[in-house]
Amino acid sequence: MEILQNLQLGFSIALSPWTLMLAVAGCFIGTIVGALPGLGPSNGVAIMIPLTFSLSLDATSSLVLLTSIYYGAMYGGRISSILLNIPGDEPAMMTTLDGYPMAKAGRAADALVISGVASFVGALIATIGLAILAPALSRIAFEFGPGEYFALYLLAFCTLGGVASNNQAKAAFASCLGIAIAMVGLDPNSGTPRLTGGNLHLYDGIDFLVAIVGLFAVSEVFFFIESKGKSGATNVKVGKVRVPWRDIFEVRWVMLRSSILGFICGVLPGAGASLGSFMTYITEKGIAGEKGCFGTGVPKGVAAPEAGNNAAAGGALVPMLTLGVPGSGTTAVLLAVLVTLNVTPGPMLFVEEKEVVWGLIASLLIANFVLLAMNVPMVKVFVKILEVPPAALMPTVTMISMVGIFSLTGSYFDLILVVAFGVLGYVLRKMDIPTVPVILGILLGGKMEKSLRDAMVLSDGSAWGLIYTRPSDPTDLSMIASSLLVAAVLGFIAPMFLRRILRKPQRVAD
Amino acid sequence: MKYFNMKALSVSVALSVGATSAMAAECIAPANPGGGWDFTCRQIGKILFDIGQVDSPVQVTNMAGGGGGLAFSHVVNERQTDDGLIVAASQATATRLAQDAYGGATADQVRFVGAIGADPGVIVVAADSPFMTLNDMVNAIIADPSSVAFAGGSSAGGFDHLKVLMIMQEAGFTDITDIKYIGVDGGADAVTQTVGDFTQGMTGDMSEVVGFIESGDVRVLAVLAEERVPGFEDIPTAVEQGIDVVAVNWRGLYVPKDISDETFDMWAARLQAVADSDEWKSAMIENGLAPFTKVGDNFQSWVDGVIASTEELSREIGVIQ
Repeated sequence: MEILQNLQLGFSIALSPWTLMLAVAGCFIGTIVGALPGLGPSNGVAIMIPLTFSLSLDATSSLVLLTSIYYGAMYGGRISSILLNIPGDEPAMMTTLDGYPMAKAGRAADALVISGVASFVGALIATIGLAILAPALSRIAFEFGPGEYFALYLLAFCTLGGVASNNQAKAAFASCLGIAIAMVGLDPNSGTPRLTGGNLHLYDGIDFLVAIVGLFAVSEVFFFIESKGKSGATNVKVGKVRVPWRDIFEVRWVMLRSSILGFICGVLPGAGASLGSFMTYITEKGIAGEKGCFGTGVPKGVAAPEAGNNAAAGGALVPMLTLGVPGSGTTAVLLAVLVTLNVTPGPMLFVEEKEVVWGLIASLLIANFVLLAMNVPMVKVFVKILEVPPAALMPTVTMISMVGIFSLTGSYFDLILVVAFGVLGYVLRKMDIPTVPVILGILLGGKMEKSLRDAMVLSDGSAWGLIYTRPSDPTDLSMIASSLLVAAVLGFIAPMFLRRILRKPQRVAD
Repeated sequence: MKYFNMKALSVSVALSVGATSAMAAECIAPANPGGGWDFTCRQIGKILFDIGQVDSPVQVTNMAGGGGGLAFSHVVNERQTDDGLIVAASQATATRLAQDAYGGATADQVRFVGAIGADPGVIVVAADSPFMTLNDMVNAIIADPSSVAFAGGSSAGGFDHLKVLMIMQEAGFTDITDIKYIGVDGGADAVTQTVGDFTQGMTGDMSEVVGFIESGDVRVLAVLAEERVPGFEDIPTAVEQGIDVVAVNWRGLYVPKDISDETFDMWAARLQAVADSDEWKSAMIENGLAPFTKVGDNFQSWVDGVIASTEELSREIGVIQ
């Protein structure tokens, strides 16, 4: 019953005209961002962050806007997958496999509708899961001391590395680079400046937002310049949009299974939406077997990954909100926003910031219905937007990001840093080194260091303090810390072997 | 709401365009939006205008960096004669000046106008802790310093850490470097660590623990104020328990050094007017601040005293040489 009360509180916030408007605007922008190839949800959210600051939105409003963009992008990503065979964002990669063949066979409109409905089911189930599971997860807060947190952060690094790249060494390198960048600034325990070169601007460390805008948005511009601007013309015609009821009925179990599996993938720290869509597609392909004809343009092959990646997007909010550990690249960006707004995600969030959390959950439910409306009857609007010439689009996007960063700190120094990160991002991506672990390193590296050092203080310097975490009872082995550590080691090693069995797609990260 | 937001947008645009015609008063919050310094600027700035002390709204500029050091050096180097400038300050400003964390800057490079509210320090234990009074805890530490660890929201050497050290020093304990302290991410986190039995005590500000007192998760052993805090009359002060320590996180302002004495007095009078206003009183209640008003020249000498004692303590624990 408490959930109903909380939901009521949430809806009383979400149904205010201002919040509702933000949610609708977020859905619209998000769908566009998702539909445009190259602009994924993490870019979309990163680009919109400055807007939330310059509008001086409070925490709830910012979260509503940004998560609507996030959800919207997850919906929108499928549009270019289906029409252009270019995934609009990385989680939509799997949708190209059956979506584009369907479009070529003259069923583009059907594919868009089926995937739209699947996205709706996935996101809806995930939002309900978030409402039910998150409060339960938030109660485990009191079980997390420094040792447990260290193990958790380690798990995030190890598992994200396994998902974000084909090459474990490159992912590990990227994580280490991020952690090294996180070391810039004042040492948390002694206050000694580290790697600052005496520059006061660096005493507070490097802002993650600066790194995010540089690594994602600016490096994207460099790639665009390099390719001399490929045009985004559609080469598949979309006919009249009708609802293919029979197909939707046929894929109902696929959508349900995929939603649940996707949600679980999302909840795991560091896995994210790409894993969700990948796992669901592989699973459904296995269930359907040879006669399923996956890959030739079947509705099931469109429904499974779309339900999966949207459910994972919702699932990824669970660890981000309750533990302060992002489940994906986009939630890492959202986490950064929350921290900047002085809302500390973590175990206490559900206790201390009820308005923020339940307002968000209610908004997500509303956003989901808005998105269904936008993505089924109105889908042709977004198809048109794919025809905007990138030469107009990319400079606009960059300008917004730069203004945003400047308004954040009011310092030109950060603008130089943004460009430097843009160059770094370009170089890294040229070498096929994933940038998401770099962000994660910057975001969590400092916290990981801090929890390690705190654990050492509590255990008087004994390494056993990492698993015997309660100093008042030195024989009390922490099940949480030890199992997280085991999972971290497995999560790092397993992909090296699994990769030989499963052929993974290139660049999986969201 | 929407109108307000659009206005905020245009103000920030105007600011970034760089119009520095210093007609209106400006308050620098040396941190990002949200948080204590930003609150100080926005509340004091708003009330100054609302009660007619200034003619146009006070512009708030956020200048984050170096834990306030960037704003401090900006004021010292570029705004030293600016009549219309006030800067948010708190106990953290004093602590960092004492610990030379502002790159060689010293407290006498600016003038402290006053403090008009404070968040009293508290020492907190989990509800099921064996410690019933502050002295129970102090005695346990004296017997075995490694048996009690503290969590607080400031980093090691920060104000929350110093509160514990001041108490132990006052109790006659000299090996203060043996006291275990971890600085976590804010007061709520510190309470969580303590309730979860990872640390045995929490040191922080009153406003950080109010929710947990109400939920029954924690007990406050002592509040580090001169008198019991209104609304929490059943919580004894440390002074009452024989440990003469007062540690409050005050909220106030400093101004550039080279302004005239008349201008300084004008700002002091304006700040006093804010302190006396009903608007400020209700803002204090909403934000868990206790009354604490020291304005004008006697505030300057009080800050000097705080900085001197912080410096001495920091030297003893090795935060500074």
